Amino acid sequence: MAKLTIDDLKRIKESARRNLALRSEKGVIDILVHMGTCGIEAGARDVMKALLDETEKSGRTDIRVLAGPCGGMCGVEPTIVIKSDGAEPVIYQQMNPDKIQQVFASHVQKGEIVTAFVKAPETTGE
Amino acid sequence: MSKIRIQIMLCSGTGCHSTGSLVLRKALDEEIEKQGLAEEVVVIETGCNGFCAVGPVMLVQPEGIFYQKVKVDDVPELVTEHFLKGRPVEKLFYKDPADKKRIPIMNDIPFFTHQMFRVMRNKGIIDPEVIDEYIGRDGYFAVAKALKEMAPEDIIETVKDSGIRGRGGAGFPAGLKWLFASKSESDVKYVLCNADEGDPGAFMDRSILETDPHAVLEGMIIAARAINASQGYIYARTEYPLAISRLTIAINAARKYGLLGKNILDTGFDFDIEIYEGAGAFVCGEETALMRSIEGKRGMPRPRPPFPANKGLWEKPTILNNVETLASIPQIILNGADWYADVGTETSKGTKVFALTGDINNIGLVEVPMGTPLKTIIYDIGGGIPKKKKFKAVQLGGPSGGCVPAQYLDTPVDFEEIAKVGAIMGSGGAIVMDEDTCMVDMARFFMDFIQDESCGKCTPCREGTRRLLEILEKICEGRGEPEDIDTLEELSAMIKESSLCGLGQTAPNPVLSTLRYFRDEYMAHINEKKCPAKRCIPLLEFRVDENLCKKCGLCHKNCPADAIIWKKKTVAVIEKDKCIECMTCFDKCRFDAIF
Ligand SMILES: Cc1cc2nc3c(=O)[nH]c(=O)nc-3n(C[C@H](O)[C@H](O)[C@H](O)COP(=O)(O)O)c2cc1C
Repeated sequence: MAKLTIDDLKRIKESARRNLALRSEKGVIDILVHMGTCGIEAGARDVMKALLDETEKSGRTDIRVLAGPCGGMCGVEPTIVIKSDGAEPVIYQQMNPDKIQQVFASHVQKGEIVTAFVKAPETTGE
Repeated sequence: MSKIRIQIMLCSGTGCHSTGSLVLRKALDEEIEKQGLAEEVVVIETGCNGFCAVGPVMLVQPEGIFYQKVKVDDVPELVTEHFLKGRPVEKLFYKDPADKKRIPIMNDIPFFTHQMFRVMRNKGIIDPEVIDEYIGRDGYFAVAKALKEMAPEDIIETVKDSGIRGRGGAGFPAGLKWLFASKSESDVKYVLCNADEGDPGAFMDRSILETDPHAVLEGMIIAARAINASQGYIYARTEYPLAISRLTIAINAARKYGLLGKNILDTGFDFDIEIYEGAGAFVCGEETALMRSIEGKRGMPRPRPPFPANKGLWEKPTILNNVETLASIPQIILNGADWYADVGTETSKGTKVFALTGDINNIGLVEVPMGTPLKTIIYDIGGGIPKKKKFKAVQLGGPSGGCVPAQYLDTPVDFEEIAKVGAIMGSGGAIVMDEDTCMVDMARFFMDFIQDESCGKCTPCREGTRRLLEILEKICEGRGEPEDIDTLEELSAMIKESSLCGLGQTAPNPVLSTLRYFRDEYMAHINEKKCPAKRCIPLLEFRVDENLCKKCGLCHKNCPADAIIWKKKTVAVIEKDKCIECMTCFDKCRFDAIF
């Protein structure tokens, strides 16, 4: 490895920061995948993997993908919750990897909610 | 490739290694793999987390959930429940002894909330063996600034203005030391790091080296630039294998990047560092002895002047700073003197790291702002004294320091304030003692250590500490005479005044400070032949008091030698011929009925 210059130092810092973000910075967007037995049964693991792929592809470090316990919505699993700073959390129901791609591209990247997949409020807490 | 969603920051300091973090790492890796999570969940080994008492510990990010005393058997549940299903495992949360509540988030645990992390800012965040992670946290940007944007005089001015004083014990202003060395004319100069850490019970420097070795290297490069040195040595004791291994990795990585060696960061400045392993003699922490030892000679101090700033290692101008002092430097350069001086008291700036140990619930490494009352360290952070015992005193500064009794616990962490109550700030060792500690015996323990470690070069220290030990032993064995107290005081004053180096000059401190606060204990040993704390075996009778005994039988049940006769509803009796004087019954009796 050749001798570093200050620009190299800055480059290393930037790329290291991506790896450190999870440990040292607060997320701007939290995406929670409900991982109860019912969720996993309905395909929540694939949903999780798809989300992680999308996040990686986007290169963003301000997104945290979290596993969460069963949300009591067993009829419409897999469900995910997207919480952005300052906005109401949005619950998406019956997710699969295809729908995840759409939700990610639209809601996460552009801030546009994909209403077709949003869980209707009256059924919350079934 | 998918994104990692969970990073498990597993503490991998010496403390957690000894409670099992290495096997835990293996078990975690295997189970994560088994459950198909290897692409999403990773384990990262970090330096000392600080909360050694409850190790092995881990911090699960990004949620910030803290797990304590994790065992290999807990791993499958942890992986399934938390990492897969998102249900943190409550039984591994920290339990607050006060209200028995479980606390999931690390920063909500009282041990952490009262601390301020500056020297240990990277603790639990970076892998100390990966230089890029250090750089990711602004690492080596202080070197970049010091080499590119600052003249040596600016560096010295900043360090002086920050007010930082040496963390190795004496508290000498670091900026001033650098100024003297910078003014010494010589084409060869040296920067040394003191990682000898010889105080019994101290482990601050070891933990800093294990947690953030690059911070120390960075501090040394900046110091070298300030005085224009081109070679540095880290004097570390061989007993610190993990710290030395991490330092070696760090030095090699820094060399590879050209952050050590010739023409650092393309600025034309050359500096390199080597580790010198010391054999662990206490006196080799003293600056002139340390230098002799690096020269390959027997580690013995010499009179000063000449001071090392003029004639140090190989008679060349040299600065020696403590690990914690040097680890503080990069932040001072990056954030400025005012930022640093904003925390602390009038004469003591910044934070101080303490190794909290002894009779205290939360044994561990803590960093607090200067000015924090000792009470906060012992009760709020340290969680108080175990087994509902009473606090008796805290020994600061190890064998060179003194004890601070309960009535002075409001004393703030401040060089001058601590000296006023007869102790010293020292390098950060804080040994807490409960009511069962005999203070005469404590003084005897430290004097035994000191007379053993005295290098023998000067008579007052070599002979004087031996005589002090003999008198203390005599008192502990019940052969003390009233005039012994005067002899202790006279001899102590003489040793302090006439010893060659700091070892002898401070050696009598534990005796003098226990005499100051616990003279009645000395008198009880001498006049009544009694040890009030019931620790000095020759002064104990091994007899159960009929009136105090509650006939519970605990002593009988716990006696390993079957030497205690007891039946239900009868007073216990110790059989002298069988008794092995192990003290178990004293510790077990809840009614203080054994004498
Ligand atoms: C007997 C003796 C032992 C010492 N041991 C240490 C030590 O282990 N670590 C340390 O940093 N300083 C130790 N010192 C203090 C050093 O001599 C020196 O003052 C210090 O390393 C300077 O660094 P600082 O100004 O950054 O504190 C010891 C001093 C004496 C007299």
